[in-house]
Amino acid sequence: MEREFALRSPISRRRFFGTAGVTTLALASPPAFADATAQTSSLPTVNVRLTVNARQLALDLDPRTTLLDALREHLGLTGTKKGCDQGQCGACTVIVNGQRINSCLTLAVMHAGDEITTIEGLVEDGDLHPMQAAFVRHDGLQCGYCTPGQICSAVALLAEHKAGWPSHVTADVATRPALTDAEIAERMSGNICRCSAYPNIVAAIRDVNEGGRA
Amino acid sequence: MKPFRYERANGVAAACAAAAAPGARFIAGGTNLIDLMKLQIETPELLVDIGLLPLADIIESTAEGGLRIGAGVTNSGLAADMRVRRLYPLLSQAILAGASTQLRNKATTGGNLLQRTRCPYFYDTTKPCNKRAPGSGCAALHGINRMNAVMGVSDDCIAAHPSDMAVAMTALDARLETVAPDGAIRAIPIDALYRAPGNTPHIETVLAPGELIRSVLLPPPPQGRQVYRKVRDRASFAFALVSVAVVAEREGDRVRAARVAFGSLSYKPWRSAEAEASLEGASATRTSFDAAGIAALKNARGYGHNDFKIPLARRTLRATLADAVGV
Repeated sequence: MEREFALRSPISRRRFFGTAGVTTLALASPPAFADATAQTSSLPTVNVRLTVNARQLALDLDPRTTLLDALREHLGLTGTKKGCDQGQCGACTVIVNGQRINSCLTLAVMHAGDEITTIEGLVEDGDLHPMQAAFVRHDGLQCGYCTPGQICSAVALLAEHKAGWPSHVTADVATRPALTDAEIAERMSGNICRCSAYPNIVAAIRDVNEGGRA
Repeated sequence: MKPFRYERANGVAAACAAAAAPGARFIAGGTNLIDLMKLQIETPELLVDIGLLPLADIIESTAEGGLRIGAGVTNSGLAADMRVRRLYPLLSQAILAGASTQLRNKATTGGNLLQRTRCPYFYDTTKPCNKRAPGSGCAALHGINRMNAVMGVSDDCIAAHPSDMAVAMTALDARLETVAPDGAIRAIPIDALYRAPGNTPHIETVLAPGELIRSVLLPPPPQGRQVYRKVRDRASFAFALVSVAVVAEREGDRVRAARVAFGSLSYKPWRSAEAEASLEGASATRTSFDAAGIAALKNARGYGHNDFKIPLARRTLRATLADAVGV
């Protein structure tokens, strides 16, 4: 499961990082928190080594920095979106060690050594990930703000289903359920789409699960 | 968020020692604590990260035929474990009824037990709350208290415990194994973990400063069918209005034995000895299930907006029992 997510070599990240190896980005970074700006300069920072989209990075961060803010404000990976910032909307969903999480509800310092994949990391050699292509094909979005979180969530969902995880709508939790539309809807309930593109999101996920065009 | 220091614990003893200091808090998944820190409801000076403690994420079979669940096992990992799914389906069902997959992937077993109430006045820092600011009063008592408790609470605090997982664990007679900063290990029945609010609702558990939940012990699975039923405002990703965990064993036309625990009715998962006594040997009929519901809720008290929880709990129990014993 990890390899499937972590060992991509996306082209898009090269826009942000020109060199190989561990890169220290702290001095080039803006403060992560509007409400902490006044205190930022005097606060001790901690050095955090993160692996983001298969790239090892070192950051000097205020310990308060969420993983979401580290990605967006310090690494320039703005594909991951900040919606509610309290774990309810799923716009900030990223994949950590093969599992989807809300990056707004975790601190970057807690992820030293973890393999983090963002929407930018799903592209492989310039080609869209099959889930990205399916969202385009099925028109699984309108405004697009929730889409990176939806896609990261959907990619991890398929891995969870492949691993046999049950869900709330699984009639018998001791079985490995088929990925019905009801299963997809339940498993995607952590990602809200205010444009309500849900039917097409479900169709895109179903298509990839059934081995549709990549 | 208030500034804090962050330490990653590399052993249980070091973690407990660090967390025993005033202003220190353990952090594991962080899905509840970080949310509360952003709102400055929680303002720790030191976070002790126990996310990587050795063996914390292991589920192992015990000699007595049960399971020992490391406190760091994620909610997802626990719900997906095939031993849990086969022997304790109640626990998988309860966990899967809570939160979203993203949250369950981070939330841990220990953290789920210690998550704080979702009372809207606890979250609203412009309002009085004895749990958040001791002595300030309870805005929920005469406020919009639709989600609040109806059993075992006081006029100082009517907050409900929001966990689903803990309700199943209560019905399964789980025990918690804790480690204190002096190295002492003790076992606490889950029902004894939570303190009634009384006039000190800010003190929520019997845990001492620095005392760490190391694991949860499940005894061998009980006889009978296990069913968890959650009633909420929408079909997924919402806290319960009422939930019921039932383990019921049928013998012919009778209920041989049953266990009943409710969620979202009290400051803790509410195990009902009254309902269980009422069901023992009773006919497997809706009349018996109604009688159990009346026994279970006889001391319940509504506070206005949450009056509906009392009949809803009775009806949910009836439906869950009917499902469990096949009526």
